[in-house]
Amino acid sequence: MKSLEELKAIREKALKEVSIRDNENKTRVLVGMATCGIAAGARPVMNAFVDELAKRNIQNVTVSMTGCIGICRLEPIAEVFEANGEKTTYVKLDAEKARRIVAEHLVNQKPVTEFTIGAVGN
Amino acid sequence: MIYRSHILICNGTGCVSSKSPAIMEKLQEQLVANGIDKEVKVVKTGCFGLCEKGPIMVIYPEGATYCHVKPEDVEEIVSEHLIKGRIVKRLLLGETDQADVARSLDTVPFYAKQRRVALRNCGVINPENIDEYIAHDGYAALGKALTEMTPQSVIDEILKSGLRGRGGAGFPTGRKWQFAAKEAGDQKYVCCNADEGDPGAFMDRSVLEGDPHSVIEAMTIAGYAIGSNQGFIYIRAEYPIAVQRLNIAIKQAREYGLLGKNIFSTDFSFDIDIRLGAGAFVCGEETALMTSIEGHRGEPRTRPPFPAVKGLFEKPTILNNVETYANIPVILLKGADWFSSIGTEKSKGTKVFAVGGKINNTGLVEIPMGTTLREIVYDIGGGIPDGKKFKAAQTGGPSGGCIPASLIDTPIDYDNLISIGSMMGSGGLIVMDEDNCMVDIAKFFLEFTVDESCGKCPPCRIGTKRMYEILERITQGKGEEGDIEKLENLAENIKQGALCGLGQTAPNPVLSTIRYFRDEYEAHIKEKRCPAGVCKALLNYRIIADKCKGCSLCAKKCPVNAISGEIKKPFVIDTKKCIKCGACMTNCKFAAIEKK
Repeated sequence: MKSLEELKAIREKALKEVSIRDNENKTRVLVGMATCGIAAGARPVMNAFVDELAKRNIQNVTVSMTGCIGICRLEPIAEVFEANGEKTTYVKLDAEKARRIVAEHLVNQKPVTEFTIGAVGN
Repeated sequence: MIYRSHILICNGTGCVSSKSPAIMEKLQEQLVANGIDKEVKVVKTGCFGLCEKGPIMVIYPEGATYCHVKPEDVEEIVSEHLIKGRIVKRLLLGETDQADVARSLDTVPFYAKQRRVALRNCGVINPENIDEYIAHDGYAALGKALTEMTPQSVIDEILKSGLRGRGGAGFPTGRKWQFAAKEAGDQKYVCCNADEGDPGAFMDRSVLEGDPHSVIEAMTIAGYAIGSNQGFIYIRAEYPIAVQRLNIAIKQAREYGLLGKNIFSTDFSFDIDIRLGAGAFVCGEETALMTSIEGHRGEPRTRPPFPAVKGLFEKPTILNNVETYANIPVILLKGADWFSSIGTEKSKGTKVFAVGGKINNTGLVEIPMGTTLREIVYDIGGGIPDGKKFKAAQTGGPSGGCIPASLIDTPIDYDNLISIGSMMGSGGLIVMDEDNCMVDIAKFFLEFTVDESCGKCPPCRIGTKRMYEILERITQGKGEEGDIEKLENLAENIKQGALCGLGQTAPNPVLSTIRYFRDEYEAHIKEKRCPAGVCKALLNYRIIADKCKGCSLCAKKCPVNAISGEIKKPFVIDTKKCIKCGACMTNCKFAAIEKK
């Protein structure tokens, strides 16, 4: 170890990998992964969320899975829970849409209205 | 590589012995079988403290805590939790099972009153991965010390923090360092006492297993502070997992240049070697420990000269306990003021206790100094099994004493424990209920010190043996008037005359049980009765005629044919033949046999 900067660089890289274990004040993305969700293609959606968040170095968002919320016809579904309790439900997703949600909603705080259940569901 | 989920599995000794390695193996296999091994990472980690509930598994990001996990449960965890995202409720740690969401571990009562400073990384990081330690501010304190602080300012910070040795005696750590720093000498040593020997104590093992780098970092800081380039960790060979993780950690630290020459491009060089102890209790005493490192038989010597003046290989040496070291990096990073804001006036910071005996949550807890015993036993420990009554707690192992129920609200710190006749010790805390006989407990600890006495000085070698013989007589119903006074007299003389800490403290368990439970000693001696019903020689088994159905089962089970009677009429035990094995009592279906 030559310098504090070197230590800091290792720290920052390692921190990205372990930040998942710190779940305070985080935005959560829940992807529906029941049989209906998986059959409709939820896995690539979830992987896209994880991948895009990692690419953009966003550490205050976790991605996890959940079961069926009961509107199977609209799968794959993902819900975004803000730290303040607000919830946005996105439906009929694919990997591309997931990446847009990361960019617009999770980075720029602007929900992608066109993918939400209110817009698509009817 | 970023994973969507991390599975932390405890790999402390407790959970390893209840098969956590098999669980990890099965898990990895299942992840591959389901094609999610690139999404989910399995991480082995140190002790969560909830040993009684082990093996413990925590799955992030949900923070779901599963307990008593068996290899057979792995398939369900993978298919339900990891694939379908449904938490496996039947395995959830009882207290975290709130509605649909598993609450985080920090909110359960077991953790709520704890404050994890020394154990900050245990159960959080992978102890075999230096990067994870660095991610949690590891080696930042060393970097700060080497690049921004002088050796004296490091010592000043430790002095100011009020940190006292966690190995038992509670000597201020900063003063120890100051003495060694002031000594002139071309060679000085930094030693770590990991020879944890108190029966029932396992906090040092857990720190080394869960966070070995914190000890390595702290020893390096100590080396800088006193001007030493060589450290030794003296650890018992009975801690194979801790030894293995230490070896891995030292290797990683060397690879990163955090041990070795010119650390952080300064003139400072430092390295650490491990020395294995064969498990003699006396080697936890500082002079015996150093004699053992030197390659001699582990025997203590007189002090002075103190180790800070003439220690290992007759060079100035500091020797601190594992838990003491684990506190050092945090103190430098967060500051002495932060550290001294925790705890009581004269005992700063936290203390780790290995809680065992008659308690629901057997395990490892870290509490701020000044927490009461009641909080440890009832709030954190979850109370006593089967609703039994709390009788006493034993602290300090074979060197300590007991805290009776009447003092359960005493705030725990170094000085309070001494004043009530016990001591902090390394932090073993054994809880006893109404079924424990205090004379028997005293005998147990004394037997331990008799076995472990190195034999160098007569007060310890002969004195403790004589005390043990008296206790044995008392528990066999052969106690005589004056035995208590004889014990007290012997105890005082051993305390004054013994060479080292082992002998000087060996009589403590006897003295403290006499102090608080004299009536029990008297019952044994005068009435030949054991009030708790433990001392076999003083017990008689008896059949309660009203309850006996005359089934003859007890007579059949009795190995010495001491029970006789007519079928369907009450049976009788011949106390002269009875060997008090208890077989009749365990087999009776009508609870018709009592021992008194």
